Amino acid sequence: MVTFLDWAPLVILFPLLGFIANLFGGARLGRRYAGWLATGAAALAFVVSLLLLVALRENGYQAHLQDFPLLGHWFDIPTANLRIGWQLRVDTLSVTMMLVVTGVGSLIHLYAIGYMTGDSAFVRFFAYLNLFLVFMLVLVSANNFLMMFVGWEGVGLCSYLLIGFWWDQRGGEGWRNSNAARKAFIVNRVGDFGLLMAMFLIFWQFGTLDFYAPTEVANVAWASGATHHSADDHATDDGHAADANEDEHEAADDHTDSPASDAHGESGAPAVHTTNEHLATHERGVFGQAEALIAGELPVRAFAGVRLSAEGLVTLITLFLLLGAIGKSAQIPLFVWLPDAMAGPTPVSALIHAATMVTAGVYMMVRADVLFYEAAVTSFVVAIIGAATALTAGFIALGQWDIKRVLAYSTISQLGFMVAAVGVGAYVAAMFHLVTHAFFKALLFLGSGSVIHGVEHGHHHVHDAHGVHEGESTSHHEDGFDPQDMRNMGGLAARMPLTYLTYLIGTLALAGVFPLAGFWSKDEILADAWRLGIEKAELSGYLTLGLLLAAAAMTAFYMWRQVELVFHGRARSEAAAAAPESAYTMTVPLLILAVASVLGGMLNAPHGVLGLDRLFGAHSLTNFLEATVRHAHAGSFVFWLAALALGLAVLAILSARSIYGQGRGVSETGEDALQANGNLISWFWQLANRRLFWDEFYECVFLRPYQALARFFAQTIDWDFWHNYVHDDVLRAGFNAAGGFLARPVDMGLVDGAVNGVARLIQSLSARLRRTQSGYVRAYALALFLGTLLIVILMLLPLAGSGG
Amino acid sequence: MALTTILLAIPLLGVLVLLLWTREGSQQQVKWVAFGFSIVTFLASLLMWNRFDPTQGGFQMVQSWDWLPMLGIKIQWGVDGISMLLVLLTTFIMPLAILSSFGSGIFAERGRERLYYLFMLLLEFAMLGVFVTLDLIIFYIFWELTLVPMYFLIGIWGAEQRIYAAVKFFLYTMAGSIMMLLAILYVGLTAETFVLPGILAAQADGRVQFLYDGLFSTQSFLFLGFFIAFAIKVPIWPFHSWLPDAHVQAPTAGSVILAGILLKLGTYGIVRFCLPLFPEASVGWGGFIASLGVIGILYGAWVSYAQDDVKKLVAYSSVSHLGFVVVGIFALNSAGLQGATLQMVNHGISTGGLFLLVGMLYERRHTKEMAAFGGVWKVMPAFGGISLVIVLSSMGLPGLNGFVGEFTILLGSLGSEYLGFTFAFLATLGVIMAAIYLLNMFQHVYMGELREENADLAPMRWNEIAVLVPVVILTLWIGLQPGTFFRLMDHSTGQLLEDAGFTTETRTAESLGITPLVGRGTLELNGPYTLVLD
Repeated sequence: MVTFLDWAPLVILFPLLGFIANLFGGARLGRRYAGWLATGAAALAFVVSLLLLVALRENGYQAHLQDFPLLGHWFDIPTANLRIGWQLRVDTLSVTMMLVVTGVGSLIHLYAIGYMTGDSAFVRFFAYLNLFLVFMLVLVSANNFLMMFVGWEGVGLCSYLLIGFWWDQRGGEGWRNSNAARKAFIVNRVGDFGLLMAMFLIFWQFGTLDFYAPTEVANVAWASGATHHSADDHATDDGHAADANEDEHEAADDHTDSPASDAHGESGAPAVHTTNEHLATHERGVFGQAEALIAGELPVRAFAGVRLSAEGLVTLITLFLLLGAIGKSAQIPLFVWLPDAMAGPTPVSALIHAATMVTAGVYMMVRADVLFYEAAVTSFVVAIIGAATALTAGFIALGQWDIKRVLAYSTISQLGFMVAAVGVGAYVAAMFHLVTHAFFKALLFLGSGSVIHGVEHGHHHVHDAHGVHEGESTSHHEDGFDPQDMRNMGGLAARMPLTYLTYLIGTLALAGVFPLAGFWSKDEILADAWRLGIEKAELSGYLTLGLLLAAAAMTAFYMWRQVELVFHGRARSEAAAAAPESAYTMTVPLLILAVASVLGGMLNAPHGVLGLDRLFGAHSLTNFLEATVRHAHAGSFVFWLAALALGLAVLAILSARSIYGQGRGVSETGEDALQANGNLISWFWQLANRRLFWDEFYECVFLRPYQALARFFAQTIDWDFWHNYVHDDVLRAGFNAAGGFLARPVDMGLVDGAVNGVARLIQSLSARLRRTQSGYVRAYALALFLGTLLIVILMLLPLAGSGG
Repeated sequence: MALTTILLAIPLLGVLVLLLWTREGSQQQVKWVAFGFSIVTFLASLLMWNRFDPTQGGFQMVQSWDWLPMLGIKIQWGVDGISMLLVLLTTFIMPLAILSSFGSGIFAERGRERLYYLFMLLLEFAMLGVFVTLDLIIFYIFWELTLVPMYFLIGIWGAEQRIYAAVKFFLYTMAGSIMMLLAILYVGLTAETFVLPGILAAQADGRVQFLYDGLFSTQSFLFLGFFIAFAIKVPIWPFHSWLPDAHVQAPTAGSVILAGILLKLGTYGIVRFCLPLFPEASVGWGGFIASLGVIGILYGAWVSYAQDDVKKLVAYSSVSHLGFVVVGIFALNSAGLQGATLQMVNHGISTGGLFLLVGMLYERRHTKEMAAFGGVWKVMPAFGGISLVIVLSSMGLPGLNGFVGEFTILLGSLGSEYLGFTFAFLATLGVIMAAIYLLNMFQHVYMGELREENADLAPMRWNEIAVLVPVVILTLWIGLQPGTFFRLMDHSTGQLLEDAGFTTETRTAESLGITPLVGRGTLELNGPYTLVLD
């Protein structure tokens, strides 16, 4: 049976073709078409993702493995037992990610057509964006860790290229941009180091890097129909799938492997397995084997004499995986690259540094939920790191002036929510928040881009009116005017009504105001943390809950501060006063994302709240992901907790309004309302403004010593000591002395001459002759060569005689 | 006649032709003659590849003549999977090196174009000889023969301090080889044959034994005799002092060949001779040498970062990259050894590529100072794009060639009986450090505000494009489909490891009663947090 599932590679191929076409033919196509071509490629990938979703539904959410055409295996080394394929995995988790990546991605491509108009490297920009989609889709659709790693580093590369996209700007701006890009790549590499180590350990323990073997069932409990959270009306979709699975159950139990019908009873379809008993333990993928390992059915491998316990090994592996996630998803202590990454064009910030790439760490941990679930220590660390990041970044966001930096820290903070969710075992909640966050954070970034674009245009407009023509419109604020500084904004609500409206929706969604998307997803994480605390009496549950609640309050506060500073009050610069509303290619994506930010929460509406589940179905996302995520569970709606979180958010918004409202936000001298206070609060504000001195700390502890040591090794140790002193002085002097010693006592003419030849040559070397005549060179070389050979042969002659 | 012989004959024939090419007014054609011969050599090696049967572990296309029968010296050559790969690397790099010299500024200054290309072909002949020869004496002759043309290439067409660098290069490597010659003579005279397969057979049936009972025994000394020569050539830290001099002073093509092929002579020698001839010593010294490899990885990367001269930076990066190869070899398992062999090829391509790039920059600006560049990507967009690919390949970006080798090596080192977690952990740190120095270089040269001096850099010439495109293609090919190359050597490495006994239980450190210098401890960790030492 040919299904859409066989088309899975197209989801990668479309953006790839877009990239290649733009790379080689973009200049000939012309700007307009290059942009639309890239957008079309992204949109086609979205369509393919939708078809994959439909096809998955058709076959009862069974995962489908699809080898990438033409490429065959990647690694195939029989004697090393290493076999890694270019194999795509279409299951509910990867399709969820594909939909987010291509859906939000398409909108951002469309937006960028407007945003990047007039940029001199327009075509290159879209080529990079398409390339990013390629790698991101490889990342989410891989069926093994190594192929995921290709995407993982590939998106890092695209991030590098796009952060440093404006590396050629004048006045040091370009240098700062490329610095930010380099920083991002290197910090990410620290994370990648962890991922590599994890892969090595995984390979030697399990003998494979595949997530799951073909025909392996990811979630046996789900496949055998044991768990279904939507007992009500929503079950119709997968209901008959479950029935079919029930039938299958017996057959599989008898180890018959009989090819039975799929959910719809067509013949010739592959067997539907509901257990993994048809696969021996060593034939299963990493996660299947990991469960056996934990259960003690699999011996633990020793590494050069060191043998850990099963639990110890899983803990070690997950800690290394966590390091990878910390790098990619910008968690403490590696989050420092993300704020700097805002140097890239705003669509990039929206796509890569908010909606998709930075969530890869969360995706990877959810993908490896079997490992994380079993590693209690790691889970605790994950929860604490996530929650602490959420709070820290939220705090720093309070004191930022740059409109995009606020959003960057906000993104770090929200990623902290997701990571914390993984730590408390709420894998679906993490994915849920990932999806809703993609909607509203992309919306906010695009909104901020619209604002920046408007202010920039207003700035040019003012200048043109004053007769100061700046020449090319691509020249970015060379006069020191910063269109991203919120102190230069204010009162934009009237100038940019559409942007304002959508930004407001995004803000409320992010702040977690009922009934927008963020409310539901954030609440599910909080409820799960609470449940972990109350049910399992685990400290991390309470700790996480407390930290996240505080972070949530801060979120609402800094977001409302931003709304006040940007849109309300009076315009604080001529540019802001003249800012126009953006073009339709920019506002249409804003509107679509705004709708998604309103309704996104219904993707996983809790059961029995206000009858919403009757309208949208309860726990839809949970039910969907359950087919793949082994330890998925439906979050329960804790009413008092939701009310508490909502109350906190509203309170924070109201206090932000009272502090920053009615144009009180910025004083005449450009100080923040809190900064001007002059008491403890202003001290805290300063601390937030200086980003807790985190970057300065790293510069002192890592950067400077690394550079100093590099210079020390290179100059003092390697050059002065090892190269000049030991080699040029000591060794050469020794050689000279030895040559002189040999020349005198040895009286044979042949040896004498040869050694003199060597000695002469050494002398010439010590004088560092710089003669250009090649005659000398040749003569010396010949003398050297013949002389040495002769000595050696003479020395060996007696040996040759007796050796036989 | 075996194809191997024909392969060797072609560049030698080219040398003869160029030697006799004295017709007046035809000096412009010598470069084409040289290029033609190198291309024909390449085609011959492709034909060999085509005829090569990868399911056989042993040597193929073997040709053998008696030379000095009373001493057991034969002229004998042939290829297995490992040498086949390195032959292909050599014949691939050589035409590129020759083509990249077309119209180079060095001839305007120093002339002697015919001699230059003659040395190129002589060098190719010598290097191919090293990779295919099976007799130890002939191997030694080829080994030393590689020094001569390279010596002149640096000494005549090099930069300001070329004589110093050339002599240092010559002396340094020569000093190492003397010990090897001694070891060769001992081994050959004891075994009554100098032919490698013959010696191995004699060892296998017990006719010959090189006693190993500790770090100061016969086998140990023989091992070191070979190893030090190879270590200097690689160069393994701390024998690297000649490398920056040679690289910085050598003309572009010289650097490309030096990094691309010549250094692999050392690592190839370790694989071909040290491991099978002296397996116990390889185990005994392996941990120590792998430690040197790890130090090289980290040290090379660190020192690289502090360089102001682009060429020196790339030179030190070789120390780092070849550290990976050394670690892979002494993992003494299949993944490590195959990764190491492929990494030899990868390093040849990506570092050779980097030297090509530096050379092209030098031709335009006559400086190699990083600070003199900036914004090059703006004026030369295609060049910048290609450079990025090569830099990323050197950095080990998955999907490009460098990653495949590094990954396999590091994987092998973690699972190795002899190395293990600490080695893998430290070596993998090199991946981070590579990003640091390479991105730093890329930023300084290609990114940033365009400097005025760079505003009118000439676009790429046809031969520059023709040189870089194959490099990029191979980078992607090995990166995406390394199976083509792993398949070639899988049986050969498997057999090598099996014959030497590394894959069986009979030759683990314990069973041999060997206490390795560094490495393998006995440490049992029970329970996640308890640590039991026994």
